[in-house]
Amino acid sequence: MTTLTSTTLTTTMLELSPSPDSWMTVCEESRLTPGRGVAALLPDGRQAAVFRDRAGRMYAIDNRDPFTGAQVLSRGLIGSVDGRPFVASPLLKQRFDLETGRCLDDDEVTVAVYPVRSI
Amino acid sequence: MSADMTTASTPTIVLVGHGMVGQRFLEALADRGVTERARIVVLCEEPRPAYDRVQLTSYFSGKTPDDLSMVEAGFLEKHGIELYLGDPAESVDRAARTVTARSGQVFAYDTLVLATGSYPFVPPVPGKDARGCFVYRTIEDLLAIEEYAKTATTGAVVGGGLLGLEAAGALKGLGLETHVVEFAPRLMPVQVDEGGGAALLRTIERMGLSVHVGTGTQEVVTADGAVTGMKLSDGSELATDMVVFSAGVRPRDQLARDCGLDVGERGGIAVDERCRTSDPAVFAIGECALASDGRVYGLVAPGYEMAQTVAATIADEAGDGAGFTGADMSTKLKLLGVDVASFGDAHGATEGCLDVVYSDSRSGVYKKLVIDGEGRLLGGVLVGDAEQYGLLRPLTGSVPPVSAEQLVLPAGAGAPVALGPSALPDDAVICSCHNVTKHAIGECSSLAEVKKCTKAGTGCGSCVKVIEKLLPAATDKGLCRDFSYTRSELYEIARTLRITSFAALLDSHGRDEAKGGEGCEVCKPTVGSILASLNNGYILDGEQASLQDTNDHFLANMQRNGSYSVVPRIPGGEITPDGLIVIGEVARDFGLYTKITGGQRIDMFGARVEQLPAIWTRLVDAGFESGHAYGKSLRTVKSCVGQTWCRYGVQDSVKMAIQLELRYRGLRSPHKLKSAVSGCARECAEAQSKDFGIIATANGWNLYVGGNGGATPRHADLLAQDLSDAELVRLIDRFLMFYIRTADRLERTSTWLERLEGGLDHLKDVVVHDSLGLCDELEALMAAHVADYQDEWAQTLDDPDRLRRFVSFVNAPEAPDPSVRFMPERDQIKPDLTFLTLEGVTSR
Repeated sequence: MTTLTSTTLTTTMLELSPSPDSWMTVCEESRLTPGRGVAALLPDGRQAAVFRDRAGRMYAIDNRDPFTGAQVLSRGLIGSVDGRPFVASPLLKQRFDLETGRCLDDDEVTVAVYPVRSI
Repeated sequence: MSADMTTASTPTIVLVGHGMVGQRFLEALADRGVTERARIVVLCEEPRPAYDRVQLTSYFSGKTPDDLSMVEAGFLEKHGIELYLGDPAESVDRAARTVTARSGQVFAYDTLVLATGSYPFVPPVPGKDARGCFVYRTIEDLLAIEEYAKTATTGAVVGGGLLGLEAAGALKGLGLETHVVEFAPRLMPVQVDEGGGAALLRTIERMGLSVHVGTGTQEVVTADGAVTGMKLSDGSELATDMVVFSAGVRPRDQLARDCGLDVGERGGIAVDERCRTSDPAVFAIGECALASDGRVYGLVAPGYEMAQTVAATIADEAGDGAGFTGADMSTKLKLLGVDVASFGDAHGATEGCLDVVYSDSRSGVYKKLVIDGEGRLLGGVLVGDAEQYGLLRPLTGSVPPVSAEQLVLPAGAGAPVALGPSALPDDAVICSCHNVTKHAIGECSSLAEVKKCTKAGTGCGSCVKVIEKLLPAATDKGLCRDFSYTRSELYEIARTLRITSFAALLDSHGRDEAKGGEGCEVCKPTVGSILASLNNGYILDGEQASLQDTNDHFLANMQRNGSYSVVPRIPGGEITPDGLIVIGEVARDFGLYTKITGGQRIDMFGARVEQLPAIWTRLVDAGFESGHAYGKSLRTVKSCVGQTWCRYGVQDSVKMAIQLELRYRGLRSPHKLKSAVSGCARECAEAQSKDFGIIATANGWNLYVGGNGGATPRHADLLAQDLSDAELVRLIDRFLMFYIRTADRLERTSTWLERLEGGLDHLKDVVVHDSLGLCDELEALMAAHVADYQDEWAQTLDDPDRLRRFVSFVNAPEAPDPSVRFMPERDQIKPDLTFLTLEGVTSR
């Protein structure tokens, strides 16, 4: 059995772009459990849901669940279908593609996507 | 609206009676397009449209009158059918061809169809009209019985036939001490023979009903106009608060008599093979008709056949010659939970016929097949186990593919029975209510389609199991797109291969295309629960953290605005004043909304995620622990106050409830688990609506399993009686672990038990008689759970790493989520949803 080590020699930071040409620090990458998300407060009051998958890839979409209005998408479970990652809303379980923000269960609905990078 | 609307071009059909057969007749008219070219008028005496009288008793198990309706929404409107409720036909003028209704309306008819049904026969004994005397025929009768039973403790049913036993079951279900008085020497004399009646009698007496056979009712004893008892023909007297007459029915033929139609000597409107009465413009169908073979049929299937016959005749399809010449009297019923079926020549009346009988009075099973000299199956009686009815009835008249002995022996005894639905010929009638053959069913691909296209399985429902076996097997029973295995298969894989991570299970046993992927929101929590059931560690460490639904992830229940509710465990519902004060203070200090739950504890709503650790620090310090309201795990063990305080109590139900709740707290399972302990048979804790419910007896405890409330209520089944404390705990250990091991994802014990092959008997075999040799292992698994249990909230608070997730924002740990807002209501808070909705307008 392997265990995750919480201290690493070099710390990798996760950054997010809330608007074109600007980047903000979210947290250390190690704060993200693979398969889960966290919420980040953006400078203008919006909220982002940031996820990390099994392979270590990062994604960020808007945190607001458009079906209920609640800021909860960061607390959903992530999964993959045909190799594409999604998050399922914890409230009514609609799924959102993490790369495009498109709702997989309702063509009319999309949430915003934010670029992310590791520094 | 009245008679003058009729013109020569639109003939009028008047139907008198809107029962099951009447409705079937309307459907048959619609199927043939007759409703488009004729005006249809229906006069109905009852205040509601046709309902399923066969399932009447299910009203007492939670079905509403609407559930019982036979009329699909919009059917009458779609076909332009005029239905007059509560307005029965009072007279018929055959010369003028008019019907007059009670309201005074007069309807001219071209064709009149009488479907007036039957009325309950009440023997002419003194006192029969007293207050507390009822019949059992309509929903209104049931409502009246239910109301009166509230003030009664004892009830007696006159008549031990089919309906009588249904009525007795209803009285028992209403909590009455119940007696059945039957004049014939056995129960259900029409359907079953002496051996079958004896098996039925034993089983029913074992359920706590008192049966008096070979006994007539001489008088209903009254005081002040209300029932107090009955005098019986054997000279004895029975004290009872109410009497339900269910001693057979008589055809309602008064309307026909009054207008001069021919009726039989012993009642019934005489009809020919096309169900035409002595007046060619008048038909009679169902229980009011005396068929051309000289019989009045009291079953719904022959009534349906008559309805079809008349509809075909009216639609001018008479040429096909298919008239009604008599019907199969086969029946299968579940009376008081006992299967009873009879078919074909059940009484062996055919000359030279032979019997093959299997009888096991221990388990109340009796099976008899009647065979002729050439080995042809002529009929039979099945009591206690009528599983094979769906196969045997269609085989009537043919030589079965396996020997008659094999057909009556229980599964597992002797040679295995190789008789499946595939052995049936194509023209075998599978659904006798709607006369649907195996061939017609073979054209469909799902049960829903069968029901829609052929109506098979929508009558008495006894053929549904056979239909399911005839349909192509569901191709994929897999859990989700990632696993082709079911939950119970995955449980076995994880257990035997000692797999301890989701990733390992997905990569080794997932579908090929899913290997290496993320899994999904279905399989992750399911596997998380399996791993938690098996390994029992802290559920939020390492990879397991990524598998849990959000509620498990934050050890609280997410509510609609993203806030959480908090439920501390209150075992057995027992709490000290100091405990109450702590909960009150915590709720007050954090501004939470409080509500008492159905499970005898207190729910606190409106906590933001970053408040949860502080709230729980206070609760844990005061001795509270997680109530697991967020988990698929044991919720509560409710209890009544029990022997300690209650004058009726016979055991200490609170103590037992606390013991059980502490034993099974934290146990991860396929779905939530609820339990209750009642201190006496009055059942104030409602244990029979729980996954496992315990009711005290003078000698110990009775254990009920598989109950449920909610959307599909189910009364729990009695698993074992008069258990000692230790026996009770051991049996629940086995039951729960067997359920956890074999149930599907999100399958409550009630649906699991319904699906379990062999049902309650199989469950008893496994957990009581240890037929699979599993019990040691099941007990060991539970012992490990009990030994390893730790409070998840205390564990969380002890570890700064584990606490780090409890923030609204990873980049602003101190900031509360501004979208979680509340507004006042009734001196407490409620979520401010207007705020969420307003904010949402922008993002579409």
